Amino acid sequence: MKIVVCVKQVPDTAAKVVVEDGKVTWGDAPLVINPWDEYAVEAALNLKEAHGGSVTVLSLGKEDEKEAIKHALAMGCDEAILISDPDLAGLDGVAAARVFAAAVEKIGAVDLVFYGKQAIDTDTGTAPAMLARVLGWPALTLVAEIGEFDGAGIRVQRAIEEGRQVVQSQLPAVISVVKDYGEPRYPSFMGIRKAARAQVPVWDLAQLGIERPASVVTWPEVMNPPEKSVTNEMITGSSPDEIAKKLADRILAEKVL
Amino acid sequence: MSQHIWVYIDHFKGQALTASWEALGAAQSLAAQFGGKVKALILGAGVANLAQDAFAYGADEVLLADDAALADFRAEVYADVIKGLAADLPAVFLLPTTTRGRDLAAMAAVDFNAGVLVDVTAMEVTEGVILATRPVYAGKLLSKVQCSARPQIVTLRSRAFAKPEPDSTRTGTLTPISISAAGDAQTQVVSYAEASTGVSLNDAAVIVSGGRGVSDNPEQGFTLVGELAKALGGAVGASRAAVDAGFVPYIHQVGQTGKVVSPDLYIACGISGAIQHLAGMRTSKVIVAVNKDPDAPIFKLARYGVVGDLFVILPALTRAFAAKLTD
Repeated sequence: MKIVVCVKQVPDTAAKVVVEDGKVTWGDAPLVINPWDEYAVEAALNLKEAHGGSVTVLSLGKEDEKEAIKHALAMGCDEAILISDPDLAGLDGVAAARVFAAAVEKIGAVDLVFYGKQAIDTDTGTAPAMLARVLGWPALTLVAEIGEFDGAGIRVQRAIEEGRQVVQSQLPAVISVVKDYGEPRYPSFMGIRKAARAQVPVWDLAQLGIERPASVVTWPEVMNPPEKSVTNEMITGSSPDEIAKKLADRILAEKVL
Repeated sequence: MSQHIWVYIDHFKGQALTASWEALGAAQSLAAQFGGKVKALILGAGVANLAQDAFAYGADEVLLADDAALADFRAEVYADVIKGLAADLPAVFLLPTTTRGRDLAAMAAVDFNAGVLVDVTAMEVTEGVILATRPVYAGKLLSKVQCSARPQIVTLRSRAFAKPEPDSTRTGTLTPISISAAGDAQTQVVSYAEASTGVSLNDAAVIVSGGRGVSDNPEQGFTLVGELAKALGGAVGASRAAVDAGFVPYIHQVGQTGKVVSPDLYIACGISGAIQHLAGMRTSKVIVAVNKDPDAPIFKLARYGVVGDLFVILPALTRAFAAKLTD
């Protein structure tokens, strides 16, 4: 079985991300694997460990953007490919999906592609469904649990607003994984050493055999959110009940109930 | 290409999600600017009853695909139905940013060689182009986005657009859509499990959240959080610390790796206010913080703060609201 897991490099969640002089900056905060992608890697590795096969990490970025790839390799993925081309800057979601689809087809005979739920920088969460649509495969998004797998089909539980939806799907398919799946493993010492030495092939547009796909979404401006001016009022009193009554009165006066 | 506005009415087994009606409200103001009609897309089995609601909330026309093959939502099957309408595309296609809306928008964007503006909180229109605002980095920043392709596909964040007042006297045109035989479906919905209970975080006007501060007695702590939420008709939230410690399931997590929420009232109990948590709730209208530590960063965002023990303050607050709200 051949599994691909797509990962992205993002600023750490603890980073203070701001716009300075029109540009997004996160100071010296480290770049890390998108936290959601760790669950995708975990799910991919578990499936491989149970049923055999290989897990290939796929990422799109500049040539030096390998943090996410290295982390996934250190967790235990077998190999990695970085898609990188100066012509790929500023791609929108659909265009990126077309590029990933070309890479998946070039890898060939892929059974499953895993994604995290969404990337914590752009927060769109549309990549899995877009890739599935380009490839003509089903999209099994927001998967919380993976059940039976027999090489031709897979059963998953999806986390939707109303609870869990149990879906049986043909392969190949695209899966996005949510946190309910279970804690991702830490990279092992051996894994980290292996990842540090790994040669990561870089595929450009020519190697993918495609032109830069049309990209129609643009983001003309990124801004800091408006400063919220809050007047803080501390509620005090001689007893919990007095404090509670005062607070309840204040909240009722705000007319938010 | 017409000047019409499509709205996808998201529902689960015929129960529409509130965000669908919010989208109809947003569509009405867009329709006025584009000079087109509001057309609601309703797909499902036994969902004709939703058409009247759609008219009441502002649809001029309902495109109804009511077929047993559509009984369970499957993104690729529903996307095929929408793709079948390609001969008469609208100027704008709005969907609520729900689990189903997001997948459908993504697939429609591929099918129509368009793009999608995801989880939008505001829109302005200039000469037929929507300039949308959407939070990025979990709301740490805002991004303006626009799309040069047509239709302009936009998913709207829950509670960002006002739900219109329904007018039950409104009527409109009902247009049935016949779906072509749904071919070999690649997926099959087997069953539903673990139905969620209580108010969902996305729709909640009031959220009461618990954090590390409940750790002296997590079970009792979240019981108290739940009781206050119930008294206020709200949902239960939690910080990542509380979820990672196993106090409550992940579905309750608010923050950068949980849900980003924007209720009218957010009561943070025993939550210190890590940057990842603040990112997920900072746009709440009124924030109240209860925390033992007077220096907790959450107090900077809070309109009202109480320095104290949540195990004592919360029951008192629940009693106070119970007394006042039943008056």
